[in-house]
Amino acid sequence: MTDLTLASGPKAAQRPSRFQMALKKPGFMAGAAIIGASTILALFPQVFAPHDPNFIDYLAVRQPPSWQHPFGTDLLGRDTFSRVIWAYSVNMQMAVLATVFALTIGVIVGALVGYYRGIADMIFGRVVDAIITFPFLVLVIAVVAVLGPGLINMYIAITLVGWVYYARLMRAEVISQMSNDYASAGIVMGYSDLRIIFRHLLPNAMTPIVVYWMTDMALAILLGSSLGYLGLGAQPPQAEWGVLIAEGRNFITTAWWLSLMPGIAIVLTGLGFSLIGDGLADLLRPRG
Amino acid sequence: MTLKTVHTPLLSVDGLCTTFGSGDVSIPAVRDVGFSVSKGEILGLVGESGSGKSVTLRSILGLSRRYGDTTGSVLWKGENLVSKNEADMRRIRGGEIAMIFQEPMTSLNPLLTVGVQIDETLKSHTGLTATERKARAIEMLDLVGIPAARSRLGEYPHQFSGGMRQRVMIAIALAARPKLLLADEPTTALDVTIQAQILDLILSLAQDFDMGVILVTHDLGVVAQTCDQVAVMYAGRIVEQGAVREVLRTPQHPYTVGLMRSVPENVPPRTPLYSIPGTPPSLLSLPAGCAFAPRCPQRTDLCAQSRPLLATETGQRAVACFNQVKNRGGAAA
Amino acid sequence: MSDAVLEIRDVNLAFQGKRSVLDVLANRPSRDVHALNGVSLDLKRGETLGVVGESGCGKSTLARCIVRLHEPTGGEVLFQGRDVFEPAERRDRTYNRRVQMMFQDPYSSLNPRMTTRQILSEALTVHEMCTEDEVPSMLSGLMDLVQLPQDALDKYPHEFSGGQRQRIAIARALAVEPEVLIADELVSALDVSVQAQIVNLLLDLQERLGLTILFVAHDLRLVRHVSNRVAVIYLGRIVEIGDSETLFANPSHPYSQALLSAAPSLDPDEKGKKIHLGGELPSPMDIPPGCPFHVRCRHKTPKCTTELPALRPLEGRGTVACHHAEEIANV
Repeated sequence: MTDLTLASGPKAAQRPSRFQMALKKPGFMAGAAIIGASTILALFPQVFAPHDPNFIDYLAVRQPPSWQHPFGTDLLGRDTFSRVIWAYSVNMQMAVLATVFALTIGVIVGALVGYYRGIADMIFGRVVDAIITFPFLVLVIAVVAVLGPGLINMYIAITLVGWVYYARLMRAEVISQMSNDYASAGIVMGYSDLRIIFRHLLPNAMTPIVVYWMTDMALAILLGSSLGYLGLGAQPPQAEWGVLIAEGRNFITTAWWLSLMPGIAIVLTGLGFSLIGDGLADLLRPRG
Repeated sequence: MTLKTVHTPLLSVDGLCTTFGSGDVSIPAVRDVGFSVSKGEILGLVGESGSGKSVTLRSILGLSRRYGDTTGSVLWKGENLVSKNEADMRRIRGGEIAMIFQEPMTSLNPLLTVGVQIDETLKSHTGLTATERKARAIEMLDLVGIPAARSRLGEYPHQFSGGMRQRVMIAIALAARPKLLLADEPTTALDVTIQAQILDLILSLAQDFDMGVILVTHDLGVVAQTCDQVAVMYAGRIVEQGAVREVLRTPQHPYTVGLMRSVPENVPPRTPLYSIPGTPPSLLSLPAGCAFAPRCPQRTDLCAQSRPLLATETGQRAVACFNQVKNRGGAAA
Repeated sequence: MSDAVLEIRDVNLAFQGKRSVLDVLANRPSRDVHALNGVSLDLKRGETLGVVGESGCGKSTLARCIVRLHEPTGGEVLFQGRDVFEPAERRDRTYNRRVQMMFQDPYSSLNPRMTTRQILSEALTVHEMCTEDEVPSMLSGLMDLVQLPQDALDKYPHEFSGGQRQRIAIARALAVEPEVLIADELVSALDVSVQAQIVNLLLDLQERLGLTILFVAHDLRLVRHVSNRVAVIYLGRIVEIGDSETLFANPSHPYSQALLSAAPSLDPDEKGKKIHLGGELPSPMDIPPGCPFHVRCRHKTPKCTTELPALRPLEGRGTVACHHAEEIANV
């Protein structure tokens, strides 16, 4: 019993780190680049936008794209390029604020019902069934209709509905993790339930949540712009992609740039989040 | 069951190598493996996990092609199976050469009844009519000891218990009357009493059909109770082979000796067991000389530099070691 | 009080089966899985008690019951005379510290996202086994104890082989200085040569630390090797229990006999000298009436099909639950 060298030592040494693995995934890197750039635009729109987004210039109304106005101007002569850039802060904020609360609530509730099961789980099951029977958008619109339009109310509405999806995912993942003996080992070691749930089960159950979160952020932008388009989310004159598209909808044939440019921004950010999500599904898997 | 070596071999494997991986990482899973099986003979391939025993079995049927490269020769009826194309291999698989696996639940199709699954094999490998096939299916289930065979043809795999499922798999495998059966740890997932039943079944079927069997297992006890010939594998190579009685009575390779002595049989209770120090080498970084040298109590300087060869006369005793264990010193006793 | 550390008294455990709405309407009883049906045994201080049986016989359930992973539906588990399932005792986590368990699957029993250091220091700090400053020296002591190199502390479970992971699991159990170790198929997933290393380690640790071990396994050779006493379980009942060497040399229950004879011997000349046990383990949902073994037994008489045999001591043998133990013993 002398040389108990670690058998997998050499193997482990050859295994690339997660960061190195990420570099080898072109899809993930493209997604990261898109979202990275979007975040910078969202944080510092004033640096990149050539004009004030709300500066009204009646002398330059509905101009097609030019060097002066790369994405043209709108009915009031506002620079569409600057408005699309400024909208990044609103729409990226949506991606985060419309999802993090739902994620937090969902993860905690899902982990607790998945761990304790029993009567709480049965009630949870009914709640989930009740909520997911309705289409997501319909339910959100209903809540916004009650609370009144506006960004804050929109976040509340999306959170009220969206947590269920995270909770359902988390519950299933925690139940499947519970079949691993490390969870039993935690109980046998006399660890507290909270320690087992949050220190042991959660980190191992988070991968699908994080992947879903990325998709959900894309969906949140889409949903936020849809509500903005319908006049239930961000309110004009705020620069927001849905609002921008709505403003241009009557001029699709004559001033196509008004709706097309924010539309491209939506598609691009959505794509970015999806690509990151895809890559993370691989990267976050525990080794073994 | 003593002298069977006079037969011409049914299958002879020579210089079989299988390498997995692509690009900069290549894993030599099986290297230069050779053995032969005669009619009615049971050959045991024994080794620990990662020794290449299962890969060897899969390479014979070309099942490892998708993941790696196989070279060497697998002579079956005068033809080399390694160079056959997929279409030809498909005809041979399940027809002349059948295979059974460790986990019957995952190798049976859960959506098809047992009857349909036997019928499928018969349809693709025999020219029997529908009524003949049905009769054969019932006969097969009967043969493997499934009570009320006729009524169970219409049942699904999940309606059978673990041992019964393994019997069903054997029935499917043997339906087309193969000449050779490849069994990959067929009893590892089963309890000892059921294991004994299944091993007896394989034994008697081999005798009745004069069928050759290659049995992959990690359990030397299974080898002792079932096989005629044995090949011990370590790190992708055969290190010792010969008749079961000789190899188990007088193991000559230090690894075989260590393996036998690790089994707590005929050892005073609660005394330390003999254990081979260390762990098997990673196939990615094999030692230059003998792969077992780092763990070997008998190693010399020579072992670290060059690799001992296995004598290749098939059917006879062969040991790949420079310092064979000659002293009988109760290794098996 | 005897020298028993753990006393298991008539433990029953039935897992409730699923009932559909139709079953409820038709008033069909739920099909419960009767995993344990009145198991009683004492675990004496310092001994190793082996528990053997086929899969589904309830041996793992018993182990999990003892560490409170399952709650019995009847009977009690006494640790130093106190019922560990009493509501007041349930909250007492020191029981979990003093009775530790090790699991079969070395790939799932360690949290894949924690290093060895994190796994072990968690055990030390939660149970306040030492002060903060002492943790590093305790950790290195544990590594020595289970014969792992010190650099293993900063590796993740996936970097270890199966045997090394089991060593870490043993270290985790030992970190809290338990008195009783429950080893559930501790080495079943390991290769033979590694099995021997772990078994040796376990025997050595038992001697050095005075541990009491319940060794649950299906490998009879291993159980025979490590145990002082052995209990043979069939369908959630102990059918024979007694001194290991006596039981293995002269099994008295027909099931023990068949089990022992089915284990493949290394001696090729033993070929064909087996007692054939026909049939399979009946489902624990439909346990046969009378002696649960009678459907597979060669010696069954009408009495066996109706009357459940009680465990009774047999002269010069262990304690056996068989109506015909005397006649069979002389065969």
